[in-house]
Amino acid sequence: MVKEFLKGNHAFAEAAIRAGVEAFYGYPITPSTEFLEHMARRLPSLGRAFVQAESEVAAINMVYGAACTGKRVMTASSSPGVSLMMEGISYIAGTEVPAVIVNIMRGGPGLGNIAPSQGDYYQMVKGGGHGDYFPIVLAPASVQEGIDSIALAFDLAEKYRSIVHVIVDGNMGQMMEPAELPPMREIPKEVPDWAVAGAKGRDANILTSIYIAPEDEEVTNLRLLKRWKEIEKNEVLFDEYLVDDAEILVIGFGTAGRVASSAIRDAREEGIKAGLLRPITLAPFPSQRLVELTKQVKRILVVEMNSGMMLDDIMKIVQGEIPIEFYGRMGGVTPLPDEILGEIKRVAANKEPGAEDPRDEWISRLEQLISGEK
Amino acid sequence: MVSTTAEVIYQRPESFTDVHTHYCPGCTHGTAHRLVAEVIDEMGLREKTIGVAPVGCSVFAYNYFNMDFVEAAHGRAPAMATGIKRVLPDNTVFTYQGDGDLASIGMAEIMHAAIRGENITVIFINNAIYGMTGGQMAPTTLPGMKTTSSPFGRDVETAGHPVRMAEILSTIDGSSYIVRRSLHNAANIRKSKKAIRLAFEAQERGLGFSMVELLSSCPTNWKLTAQEALDFVSDEMVPVFPLGDYKVSPTLASLKV
Ligand SMILES: Cc1ncc(C[n+]2csc(CCOP(=O)(O)OP(=O)(O)O)c2C)c(N)n1
Ligand code: SF4
Repeated sequence: MVKEFLKGNHAFAEAAIRAGVEAFYGYPITPSTEFLEHMARRLPSLGRAFVQAESEVAAINMVYGAACTGKRVMTASSSPGVSLMMEGISYIAGTEVPAVIVNIMRGGPGLGNIAPSQGDYYQMVKGGGHGDYFPIVLAPASVQEGIDSIALAFDLAEKYRSIVHVIVDGNMGQMMEPAELPPMREIPKEVPDWAVAGAKGRDANILTSIYIAPEDEEVTNLRLLKRWKEIEKNEVLFDEYLVDDAEILVIGFGTAGRVASSAIRDAREEGIKAGLLRPITLAPFPSQRLVELTKQVKRILVVEMNSGMMLDDIMKIVQGEIPIEFYGRMGGVTPLPDEILGEIKRVAANKEPGAEDPRDEWISRLEQLISGEK
Repeated sequence: MVSTTAEVIYQRPESFTDVHTHYCPGCTHGTAHRLVAEVIDEMGLREKTIGVAPVGCSVFAYNYFNMDFVEAAHGRAPAMATGIKRVLPDNTVFTYQGDGDLASIGMAEIMHAAIRGENITVIFINNAIYGMTGGQMAPTTLPGMKTTSSPFGRDVETAGHPVRMAEILSTIDGSSYIVRRSLHNAANIRKSKKAIRLAFEAQERGLGFSMVELLSSCPTNWKLTAQEALDFVSDEMVPVFPLGDYKVSPTLASLKV
């Protein structure tokens, strides 16, 4: 296999095809549309299903239907579209069928804009739909990692009969990078024993998210929770850069993490011992690794393209052991390496970090920056 | 010696499970279920059929049909059926939906399933009310009809007129078989069964979207006795929702069932 120059959305869609996706149901929305367009071009000639649905509501319910047949099925959308999908996502979770949902995130709330954002962290990581369930969330930071995440997402979805979200910001959907696609996987012939396919020579299979007796729903909730505990134990993924001797730990995911790694390289040149922890699974979060690193580093700087959503989770894990500072850009603005370098230097020089909410100091710095940029 | 043979003239269809339904006495949901089960038996489709249950009084339909079943979100059964049928085109896929499910919250999904000419069959139970939630106004509620959410009677000035789904869906090119029948007496039940048969025949022949709208009773929420409810269907509903064939693909027109 050779590396090709690939655009994120095309590469992710092709990765899904190579991973054996048998159906794609979606609705166009920038900046994820090329995903759907790639599927429209490729799937029919492979004899696989493609439907441009009438809405994201319909798309996710088509995904729900196909997921009940045990086939590999997915959709891809962007923030406002994913909001519409939340109903179906909850039903899929409640029925315990596997599905992969890609969110190419854009600025919000509301119609927002079409620029890259990480503002859907809460919605994706905390569930978003109604009821007690736990989605797996992968947040790759390059086209190659995105390709690998798609294949992994299907495996995890099937292993745990779970929802797997693959979330990237619009940068990654749109950018072109050299990457390598996996070979075409053969589509398995066997049908999972729980799937609906016609009750030939067996009892009927019924797939539903209703448990009308609260005792039965509670047992289901408990099953989902215990499964989640297994996932937390087995499926945590993260990447690290120069953490071995780091004193300042920068934490960022996706594009923010990637931009931070360039800033860290530059900071090292200036003699600042900075390192990066980049969660790849936002759920389950690499909590254990963060606790370990908290014992080693002196300071934490969280970098995000939102108002500090992962920050909240990190604060919960670190529990005030060491000072945490925050730098975020919002609304579809991507931070530049120099901005993050400036932040690393500021953290290195700041002897008295101390605001209870790291956001408070950041807000005034951001206001200054924005007025300076004007 | 005289030999006698007993002929079975009435038995539980194989496509039916041996459980009592939860439907109220006098409700025609059960009648509709039985007709569907008989047709699936007669056509030998049970082992390849996948049913899609709605949200509404028939939410537990899967307990009564002896075949693979899924349970959709409210109104989304046609989307779910689409998702299934597209990956299992050789299976028989049908939805069973009430009027709140199909003609209100699921209006987009039913319209577009028909527009795409989805090769699925829809059994549409029109009882002019929301049964499951306790008798609120449906898009099919008759003008002036009292429900818990139209306590002074449906005011067409503010709540509009009842929607006629069979007529609407018959205008769509993707539809192959769109008819309205009623379940208020034996003669009409027989006609309903024939229509259900043709709808499934349409699917088996790959002709596209098929729907049978069945005028149905809800004695509980109409606050009528079982017989009064059946009379209400024939006397009040039929004039607003005329029975008839709204679209019949030529292939089916010549079919004798
Ligand atoms: C998203 C959502 N909204 C509302 C409901 C509540 N609800 C359950 S059944 C129903 C109406 C069902 O009426 P209909 O489709 O006419 O079926 P029937 O009960 O009369 O057979 C409603 C509004 C729901 N379950 N889900
Ligand atoms: S409430 Fe109405 S529709 Fe529901 S089971 Fe009772 S009679 Fe039938």
